[in-house]
Amino acid sequence: MGLPQPRIGVVVYPGSNDDHDALWALAALDAEAIPVWHEQRELPALDAVVLPGGFSYGDYLRCGAIARFSPATAAVREFADAGGLVLGICNGFQILCEAGLLPGILLENESLQFVCRDVRLTVERDELPFTARCAAGQELVIPVKHGDGRWFAPPQLLAQLEAGRQIVLRYAEPCNGSVGDVAGVCNERGNVMGLMPHPEHAVDPLLGSADGALILASLVEAARDRAVALA
Amino acid sequence: MRATVLVRPKPGILDPQGEAVETALEHLGFTVSGARVGKVIDLEVEAADPAAVKAQVEQMCERLLANPLIESYEIEVTG
Repeated sequence: MGLPQPRIGVVVYPGSNDDHDALWALAALDAEAIPVWHEQRELPALDAVVLPGGFSYGDYLRCGAIARFSPATAAVREFADAGGLVLGICNGFQILCEAGLLPGILLENESLQFVCRDVRLTVERDELPFTARCAAGQELVIPVKHGDGRWFAPPQLLAQLEAGRQIVLRYAEPCNGSVGDVAGVCNERGNVMGLMPHPEHAVDPLLGSADGALILASLVEAARDRAVALA
Repeated sequence: MRATVLVRPKPGILDPQGEAVETALEHLGFTVSGARVGKVIDLEVEAADPAAVKAQVEQMCERLLANPLIESYEIEVTG
């Protein structure tokens, strides 16, 4: 008997534009990838949720500030509070920060320029559901494409996050001016993570790198473990 | 009643927009420093008196209009 396919939802907000890539990549990594419309107040039975990249609600006011009040975001909050796995990519990361599910906030890039290129990242933690396929200290090449990716936390909060090992990924080269070169963070409990780079755009060597698959395959595997545990 | 909210980047928060504006003003021949770019939000609010308007708008700022991590706000209520 084959292993069960985990069910992973991808929330589609008005203005999301990486939802299809996320659905495709998750399916390629053997998950059942399910789009979840932003007006859905109840999530279907899921083993994990991905908030995709894009420009939800036009990024009006601040990136992620409006999406935070979507019915589906309320459902995602309940899912996360119950220990469910949630991964936010780019705009999804911004939404999770605005929603208070992740610490810090994403500001306009220091250069004021949209950055769209492969970047080198260093893995800080390799035991999370999102990084189990990576090794601590490993370098990953994953593309970024954002105008507002400068992660910021005041010094006291940053020190607290460093001490609590909540920094998961750092840029190994200058990218957007993030404090501490932070590219990805997790919550205290380790079941919610956000990152600015796009793992769903780097899941096949044909795309220039397959390193993103390490992150997404880690998620698929962790979601599968949960599906098996519940079965 | 009409309320105006001024949202500003907090002191110490890097504001590249402000820096870009400052540089552009310098190119125009002005001597300026400390340029910061914020937002203005105008609202019409139904409430009994200015104090009630202010109380409501404060809630709006705390919950949506400003992010307390990076922004401060000022509320002005006009008749």
